[in-house]
Amino acid sequence: MSYEIVIGLEVHVELATKSKIFCGCTTEFGGAPNTHTCPICLGMPGVLPVLNKSVLEYATRAGLALKCEIAEFSKFDRKNYFYPDLPKAYQISQYDLPICTQGHIDIQLGDGIKKIGITRIHMEEDAGKLLHGEGALDFADYSLVDLNRTGVPLIEIVSEPDIRSPEEARLYLEKLKSILQYIEVSDCKMQEGSLRCDGNISVRPVGQKEFGTKTELKNMNSFKALEKALEYEAKRQIEVLEDGGKIKQETRRWDEARGVTIAMRGKEEAHDYRYFPDPDLVPIIIDRGWVAEIENNLPELPEAKKERFVNQYSLPEYDADILTISRRLADFYEEIVNGFNNPKVVSNWVMGELLRILKDEGKELEEITLTPGHMIEMLQLIEKGTISGKIAKTVFEEMFYTGKRAAEIVEEKGLTQISDEGALVAIVEEVIAKNQKSVEDYKNGKEKALGAIVGQVMKATKGRANPEMVNKLIKERI
Amino acid sequence: MKLYDLTIHELHDKLVKKEVSSEELTKAVLDRVDEVENSVHSYVTLTKELALEQARQVDKKIAAGEKISPLAGIPAAIKDNMCTKGVTTTCSSKILHNFKPPYDATVVNKLNGNDLVMVGKANMDEFAMGSSTETSYFGPTRNPWNLKAVPGGSSGGASAAVSCGEAIYSLGSDTGGSIRQPAAFCGVVGLKPTYGLVSRFGLVAFASSLDQIGPFTKDVTDNALVMNAIAGHDNLDSTSINLQPEDYTKSLVNDVKGLKIGIPKEYFIEGIEPEVRENVMKGIRLLESLGAHCEETSLPHTEHALPVYYIIAPCEASSNLARYDGVRYGFSTEEAEDLIDSYKKSRSQGFGAEVKRRIMLGTYALSSGYYDAYYLKAQKVRTLIKNEFEEAFKKYDVLITPTAPTVPFEIGAKTEDPLAMYMSDICTIPINIAGIPAISIPCGHTSTGPIGMQIIGKSLAESTILRAAYTFEQNTDFHKKRPNL
Repeated sequence: MSYEIVIGLEVHVELATKSKIFCGCTTEFGGAPNTHTCPICLGMPGVLPVLNKSVLEYATRAGLALKCEIAEFSKFDRKNYFYPDLPKAYQISQYDLPICTQGHIDIQLGDGIKKIGITRIHMEEDAGKLLHGEGALDFADYSLVDLNRTGVPLIEIVSEPDIRSPEEARLYLEKLKSILQYIEVSDCKMQEGSLRCDGNISVRPVGQKEFGTKTELKNMNSFKALEKALEYEAKRQIEVLEDGGKIKQETRRWDEARGVTIAMRGKEEAHDYRYFPDPDLVPIIIDRGWVAEIENNLPELPEAKKERFVNQYSLPEYDADILTISRRLADFYEEIVNGFNNPKVVSNWVMGELLRILKDEGKELEEITLTPGHMIEMLQLIEKGTISGKIAKTVFEEMFYTGKRAAEIVEEKGLTQISDEGALVAIVEEVIAKNQKSVEDYKNGKEKALGAIVGQVMKATKGRANPEMVNKLIKERI
Repeated sequence: MKLYDLTIHELHDKLVKKEVSSEELTKAVLDRVDEVENSVHSYVTLTKELALEQARQVDKKIAAGEKISPLAGIPAAIKDNMCTKGVTTTCSSKILHNFKPPYDATVVNKLNGNDLVMVGKANMDEFAMGSSTETSYFGPTRNPWNLKAVPGGSSGGASAAVSCGEAIYSLGSDTGGSIRQPAAFCGVVGLKPTYGLVSRFGLVAFASSLDQIGPFTKDVTDNALVMNAIAGHDNLDSTSINLQPEDYTKSLVNDVKGLKIGIPKEYFIEGIEPEVRENVMKGIRLLESLGAHCEETSLPHTEHALPVYYIIAPCEASSNLARYDGVRYGFSTEEAEDLIDSYKKSRSQGFGAEVKRRIMLGTYALSSGYYDAYYLKAQKVRTLIKNEFEEAFKKYDVLITPTAPTVPFEIGAKTEDPLAMYMSDICTIPINIAGIPAISIPCGHTSTGPIGMQIIGKSLAESTILRAAYTFEQNTDFHKKRPNL
């Protein structure tokens, strides 16, 4: 029997506001344990929360960018449970009246665009972190509590069960991350936990209308982990069903090292959170004019930017898609194009050399010293014929690692292109003399043989020879 | 009269005229504490050194010719559920027996700005849950008028202290009657302001949507003076009302001519002791004789207030008190095997019976499958009760009822019967449910203790009820009586 996979994602995103959601403490990542705290986020007796208005603004911005309805009336509720990382023993969250509902994200599949629904977005406070002592979690003889993260604002974005494969899940999350970064509500760093993703997954025989029993997956800490965990879990569920078994509704944890999902707790052990409206906070009445103002100030989003790149720069869709993955990359690209008006050439350099080296070095664009200015100067040197395209790759790497300008590198290393006929003739003649076989082949109609001769000349000049001139000189002599 | 028997305004007069220094006054009050504290037990913590130091600071100001606030240098007690920086704040619970807050409650800040002299932290029912101050982990407070009787509760320490001169005024908190009922039992004036008028920041929460801080004083004038100091908007409390500050002493006018008084019959039914009913009715007749128009009225939803309260308050409390888990501060068991065991033992050993009862009630009522039937329904009835008061205030300026259904009862009389104890607040709870202000003023004395009359106003009509109370007081002597102790 063939099965269909059904996935819904719950994504927690830390908002990039300066201060916490209900007090004035900094939201900065890191810091010595328990230094970014005050009586309010520590949940001391008698303290009260006051909503940071920026959180409302950021959540609204996210909702608008994700095509959601923004509620006119919203409220905060208490989610009650005991855990040492939760000092009040309740999390202030939103239960039945979230700030945003009914949005969607479009993802690009091989056979077209697919719309993934967003059920809701709600605001809540983050919990702290536990550092467990020696040994496995259950046997550790102590645990340390760090409450720096307590009260950092989060939005939880819940998707509809519209996702049909682990790949779609990854594409959804990538797109979500891209949009949230575009609108600058979060830095979305999975490794620092500012973007966290849980998944609900079930399988059903193709054609069946009802959903199968789902499991909830936790601890997927990278895009790769998300895809692998969902793949594993779908396979596991199908195997259980094929063996005549039943899926148990439960929460499972992705074990990255072993590449498996492990049952954490069943439905019967699920918490009863006893949600009720937080009496310490007043309901939120959201002014339509204020929402409109936020909407007007939204930046160009990835989709619109992609379309513009295709139209304005005559780029292939593929290029435009990659260049607009992040706002920073798109801006970087456009700044180069502004100084060097050959969009496709710039696109080739950015997508080819720049993204390759960033990936190899494991760096983000914002971490490097290379600027669009560096790139413009380098491209101008190629255009003027000062350096060859091949040499430029060496120059590019040197710029990337040292931050030096292209002209300086060319000067220092003597990388200037040899376009002086007199200097090249002798080399060309020597190469022809040594490669009579290739000359014969060429004369017999093998066009490719010419390339071999050119290659030898380039080799002899360490790539500095002007390729067009070399071609011309060879052809004149054979 | 002794110094400790005087009022804020009388003592302020003496301070500015330099007839007495704040240090002398404070010593007089501290001597009174030494004299009666063993029998009354108003305090959980005494801060004598702090009080004397604060008093000397005020004396310096007076000596330097500075203008001082009407409350400056007047010794006061603070109920032990309001956070005081560096001074133990226990809520009369074992679970917070050693908790020293790193910050001051907003009201304490405000009083400090008025040159507070703090005698100590006043005893109360554990986490303000009770009507007799008998659930305190540190033992009960006794009624200064009758040491066999309770002082009322939960702010029993704060009311007893003012009544017998262990403090000139005090701050209490009122969730279902916890200021007004002990004020009635101790023969003092106690005001529960409109919800949101006084900041709750730093008040250890019992039931957040009902809790409100207010003053205990010997007379209505003093009450207005304390209100001037503590009322007002606070950025740290989202439920705080944003209003221009009001001068409550302006409402101290001896005139009720034309005042429309409603007498809701549901507050005078069976269960209200005859002595209480008679004295309150006598009070109403007095106001009528002074020119007020009195009329019987009906608030039929009154009977639902108690059940609504015993859903909403425990629900909120079950969540508010969840933070006391023995992990970060307060009592922590030393016998735990693991995390869950530590939670269970710290909380089992740290909370008293009444607190546990209410945590269980609230946890149950909020549980999945019960929420709609209990919490949600209670909130709907709460709206009905609120609306009913609003309707009544279209016809009347104030409503007058007994504060408590009984005279002060004997210690131990109701500790085994929670429902009987809960009935003590039957006249005061509806006011918290509606979020409106009410004051209790003494209107009679019996062999077992004083009787209080409750004057209720519409939202933010503190000035109206203060005027009615002031007029009553100017034409009676109840507020001048002191317990023979």
